[in-house]
Amino acid sequence: MQIQPVLAALRRHRLATILIVMEIALACAVLCNACFLIASRIQMTHVDSGVDESSLATIKLTGYDEAKASDLNARVTSGLREIPGMQSVSVINEVPFGETAGNAGITLDSAGQKFAGVVDFYVAGPGNFEALGLQLISGRAPRADDFQPMKAFLPSSANVIVSRSLAEHLWPDTDPLGKEFWCGDFHFRVTGVVAHLARPSAGEGGPGTIEWSVFTPAQPGANLSGVYLLRADPAQLPRVLRDARAAIAKLAPDAVVEQQASQTIGDLRQVYFRQDRIMAGMLLGVIVALLLVTALGLVGLASFWVQQRRRQIGIRRAIGATRGDILRYFQTENFLIVTLGIALGMLLAYALNLLLMTQYELPRLPLYYLPAGALILWGLGQLAVLGPALRAAAVPPVVATRSG
Amino acid sequence: MFGYYLNLALRSLMRNKMLTALMVIAIAVGIGASMTTLTVMHLLSGDPLPGRSQHIFYPQVDPSPLPDPENTHKPWDMMDYRSATDLWSAHRADRQALIGRSALRLTAPDMNQPPLMAQVLSTTSDFFPMFAVPFQYGDSWQPQDDQQRTRVAVISSDLNIKLFGGANSVGRTLRLKDSDVRIIGVLAPWRPSPQFYDLVGGRFSNGQTADFYSKPQEVFMPFSSSLDINTDGFMAFTCWRAPDPGSSMTTSPCVSVALWVELGNAAKVADYKAFITDYATQQKALGRLTHADNTRMPSLMQWLDFNQVVPSDVRLQTWLAFAFLLICLFNTVGLLLAKFLHRSGEIGVRRALGATRGAVLTQCLVEAGLIGLIGGFGGWLLTLLGLALIRQQPVAYADLLHLDSTMFLATFVMAIVASLLAGAVPAWRASRVALGLQLKTL
Repeated sequence: MQIQPVLAALRRHRLATILIVMEIALACAVLCNACFLIASRIQMTHVDSGVDESSLATIKLTGYDEAKASDLNARVTSGLREIPGMQSVSVINEVPFGETAGNAGITLDSAGQKFAGVVDFYVAGPGNFEALGLQLISGRAPRADDFQPMKAFLPSSANVIVSRSLAEHLWPDTDPLGKEFWCGDFHFRVTGVVAHLARPSAGEGGPGTIEWSVFTPAQPGANLSGVYLLRADPAQLPRVLRDARAAIAKLAPDAVVEQQASQTIGDLRQVYFRQDRIMAGMLLGVIVALLLVTALGLVGLASFWVQQRRRQIGIRRAIGATRGDILRYFQTENFLIVTLGIALGMLLAYALNLLLMTQYELPRLPLYYLPAGALILWGLGQLAVLGPALRAAAVPPVVATRSG
Repeated sequence: MFGYYLNLALRSLMRNKMLTALMVIAIAVGIGASMTTLTVMHLLSGDPLPGRSQHIFYPQVDPSPLPDPENTHKPWDMMDYRSATDLWSAHRADRQALIGRSALRLTAPDMNQPPLMAQVLSTTSDFFPMFAVPFQYGDSWQPQDDQQRTRVAVISSDLNIKLFGGANSVGRTLRLKDSDVRIIGVLAPWRPSPQFYDLVGGRFSNGQTADFYSKPQEVFMPFSSSLDINTDGFMAFTCWRAPDPGSSMTTSPCVSVALWVELGNAAKVADYKAFITDYATQQKALGRLTHADNTRMPSLMQWLDFNQVVPSDVRLQTWLAFAFLLICLFNTVGLLLAKFLHRSGEIGVRRALGATRGAVLTQCLVEAGLIGLIGGFGGWLLTLLGLALIRQQPVAYADLLHLDSTMFLATFVMAIVASLLAGAVPAWRASRVALGLQLKTL
């Protein structure tokens, strides 16, 4: 197949060629970046919370008298444990993907000078470590004497367990066991590290800080009450949660159940990432519409060119070109145009990515998105040109003898 | 002449229906996508108090005692109780309203309904006239109620419907936590967008600010008496150290109160700025504040900008939609070019018969504009569809979305302008058709 005549023909239609090349370049840029955005959104929704989500649910109560919080804890935990199928009930301040309760800035020195970020404190009564199903990778699980009574929202000095992600942030390349940190006057010492523990929400540090959490053992009381972690067999969990909600009305008539917050952890996770899934779906819609419009543009232009060149096609056929030659001519032409568009589009994709990086917390576009986008556009171009090219190939040689 | 061009354009469009349809679809889809996102942007970034927002200000002092050697700390989004109430009691502004938020257990004693947690806004009497809050029944409380700590409440239209079926509930009693309060006013439906008066923390939200568009609180109470009822105090924005157990909120190391002031002219604004600076300096001398020079007073719109109220996803969607519109336009330019140049012969004849280049240009532009008009109609339908789709989503601003007359007009204007832009180059090229060459080939 000779490229020379194709190029010559394109040179005659410079403006139209430039336009279609620009369209493909833009489509390539948007396609690569939109795909990347979708991938990063989907990756975000796959965060490992580190807990046995399918076995866990939570009940959140508010509106009760804080003076009677200990009594409420006792009533609710003992009452809910009676429910058939309930494996454990424990008091905690918050659950993954629920409402945040323990966000606080920490420092690596007692004087409060070395600020180390805003982390999340899971303040948890006995039984939570086992119920959550946290996977210990070094150190030890909390012991009975680690659970201390507390006068404020945190115990004044506690042995805590941190996530691997937080340990790597605070003490890179060092053994975190035995290390200390502070939150104002509150003092903490690390006695264990768990593989994963997601905080209720990513917080002010962005999605990269989703696992900056601290498991803080404490005794339930006035400052730790109202949120209960329920564990049951995954198959029975929905029924157990239903029974628990019903039982609360009798166990704690003085409290109000927060319906939105009292769900299975799986449902809370669904809600938490709903916006990301919607956005991914919307981006997918944009991509489909984009490809469709681009394809239609290619079809339109190719059809027009075929129509315009009927006579030339007839002449070529009359002097010996086969149907295949004509077909391949239009396919080559399309390939050249799309290739030009892609080449320009890759630069544009990169520029767009740089722009998005300044506006949103996005990493750099991985290079493999570019060839992937190119393949899609080449395929799309060939698909779009096939119809018009086949029509061109069907032009009989006799057209050459007609005028006009 | 225009009628004649319109006639020609119609004929031309009917001749190649497939090409016409492609162009109309491209414009309609591009306009539909960009107008949908633009409408969302327009509704979310609008002025919640049109005509008055320039007089509304948000004074801030910095109660943080923490060292700040590089002067990087911006005042927190709310103030401590003492600073806010001091500024308020000075009554130096035309109007002023304190803001505190809490959630309280609520029952209507004479109604057989389960208790619920009500969002309560504690404020002062100026709140209602200052923010032009509409009343359906009754009225707001008066300044003396703030002083006398009267236990009265104004409730939202939604809560009135929920508890009393929408009937006039003025004079009835609500039980908030453990106290009875008397309803003295019921709001008409009121949905400021965004819910500007207690909007805080935008800079810490990672662009996820959709909740700034949620509904106003259900219960409004005098600042003073609400603290009598709710000894726990208001929800804190943040604390610079953990509050001492059992301490009262009036001395707590937390920021939980905001202040809005109305200042009628520039001189008053300057005076008030000087007033808060003086106040901070005086408090520093008393040893209560550390960063006396760190005072601010953004206007309402500046405060909204500072909090980046429009969710980052919405902005991203808008960018995307416009990139998409651009692609659709390139598409249309290519197709129009093909179409006009295909008619070179016809144009040659018209030119030979005496039509000027300008006439050919106008004729081509009329055709492009007609495509824009039809595409705009399609775009309008698609915008309605797009907005209906977003309304189905579980976002706080879903119920705010509608196509107002400005955006309706903008749809058509944008479609026609876009198509004229797309038609400009092809029309120019068509008007430059070499006369002799075309006539020869006929």
